[in-house]
Amino acid sequence: MMTTLDDLLWSYQSLIYGLGTNAILGLSMYAVLQLGQLSLGQAAFMGIGAYTGALLTLKLGLPFPLVLAAAAAAPALAALVIGGPTMKLSGVHLAIATIGLGEVLRVAYINTDAMGGALGLSGIPEKADFSIIFGLLAVILAGFILASRSKIGRACEAIREDEDAARVMGIDVSAYKMTALVISAALAGLAGALNAHFSSFIGPNEFAFETAVSILSFAILGGVTTPFGPVLGAFVLTALPELLRPLHDFRLVFNGLIIVLVVIFLPRGILGFRIRRTGKPPPC
Amino acid sequence: MLTVHALTRAFTGLVAVDQVSFTVAPNTIHALIGPNGAGKTTLFNMISGLLPPSDGTIAFQNADITHLPPHRRSRLGMGRTFQNLRVFGEMTVLENVLTGMHPRLGVAWPLAVLRSPAARNEETAGLAKALNLLRKVGIAEQARRPAADLAYGDQRRLEIARALASDPALLLLDEPAAGMNPTETAALGDLLLELRREGLTILLVEHDMGFVMRLSDRLTVLNFGRKIAEGGPDDIRNDPTVIEAYLGTKVARRLAAGAP
Repeated sequence: MMTTLDDLLWSYQSLIYGLGTNAILGLSMYAVLQLGQLSLGQAAFMGIGAYTGALLTLKLGLPFPLVLAAAAAAPALAALVIGGPTMKLSGVHLAIATIGLGEVLRVAYINTDAMGGALGLSGIPEKADFSIIFGLLAVILAGFILASRSKIGRACEAIREDEDAARVMGIDVSAYKMTALVISAALAGLAGALNAHFSSFIGPNEFAFETAVSILSFAILGGVTTPFGPVLGAFVLTALPELLRPLHDFRLVFNGLIIVLVVIFLPRGILGFRIRRTGKPPPC
Repeated sequence: MLTVHALTRAFTGLVAVDQVSFTVAPNTIHALIGPNGAGKTTLFNMISGLLPPSDGTIAFQNADITHLPPHRRSRLGMGRTFQNLRVFGEMTVLENVLTGMHPRLGVAWPLAVLRSPAARNEETAGLAKALNLLRKVGIAEQARRPAADLAYGDQRRLEIARALASDPALLLLDEPAAGMNPTETAALGDLLLELRREGLTILLVEHDMGFVMRLSDRLTVLNFGRKIAEGGPDDIRNDPTVIEAYLGTKVARRLAAGAP
């Protein structure tokens, strides 16, 4: 039994690890989307984390937990810097500004020799394993669930439903949005570093617009009314291309098709339920 | 309680509120009336902080709040409702009221997330308080329904309960009786009088003149963004400028001449 499981893990290792890191990316999208903010900078933040992590491991040989912490901190810092001016933007404007960040960074990676240039960085030691990836995913998911059941979850839902009403209710909307963007960036960076440390290679084109859209699709497919949605969405969209392998080049068409169908028929995502935030039922 | 001084808001090509000044005395019901487009809601949005004034100052409980963001005003004790209903539709009625309590929930966020005993006590106390508020406005039996499912008049009452949840000293009500039937309006009037007895100060915008005249201690009348009159209900009822603003010059002249 154990050997069968080991075989399975070994042959599908990168797929299984990918499920975990993509789920973390889905949650990073959830962090901003649950406030109604559309950021397409997730791939850029992921890239900052991946490059930070890979360089710290390759050049300085730092211990892995420290590498992961730095890989989360670097994009969080970037989010703080770009957050100030972009916080005033909303809707499609924030999306465009964050796309811009991704493009700027991609060109910067290509033209910086210390970052491997267009060839990227290879030979990154495989330090991320099943327990680290899924352990972190579990902790992050638990954090989101707990937060969403507290007064913070209520405030977030209020902001998503009606920003002005939330403001008048005493909710510091700008602070919530900034915090969400920073958390979102940290998670994306963490996922990027984990990804770099099992795929052993990163390149500048991995963190471009296409990746940003994939991450968004995890959240849209699963739904953002609960943190479970983006995790499920990431699992489905990561596993599906493997399951549809016999269809060869057509398999990616299914990812697009599924998203179109979900947006039309299940606009709240496949997990559209919501978490109640009233604690235990009071004696009415 | 609240002093608005020379408050002005200009939009491109239109001065919606023009040099308006008035003072709301503590523990009174003060009404802001005027024909549609007089600038009442614009004034409300400036007082609650959603719209920055072009000029003028707002003082609340002796502090200048002209440039404070809305959530800080809420913390200082200002609550409001909206003319076009803005309950959080997907939340339950009870959750709406709990959200209104946000600025009064003091437990630090890590403790709230980790459900420390202090956070749980606070939530339990909050729930009891929220239910009491719902009883007060008369919709307690609907506490568990999604707010969007409530009837129009009940959503108005929910907005009042949600605003009261932050323990405001001043409550701003934007057309609280709109869309209510006479029975509901009378009940709402009783509720507002009860709230004033309990020490609350209320500033309200309303078109239902019977309702306004019954409740108000003082009225400020706006027309085309300017203050045209101020006084008690009797002064306003007999003020020729006010009658003219509402009914037009011809009718006002006929009334003055004693025509039926």
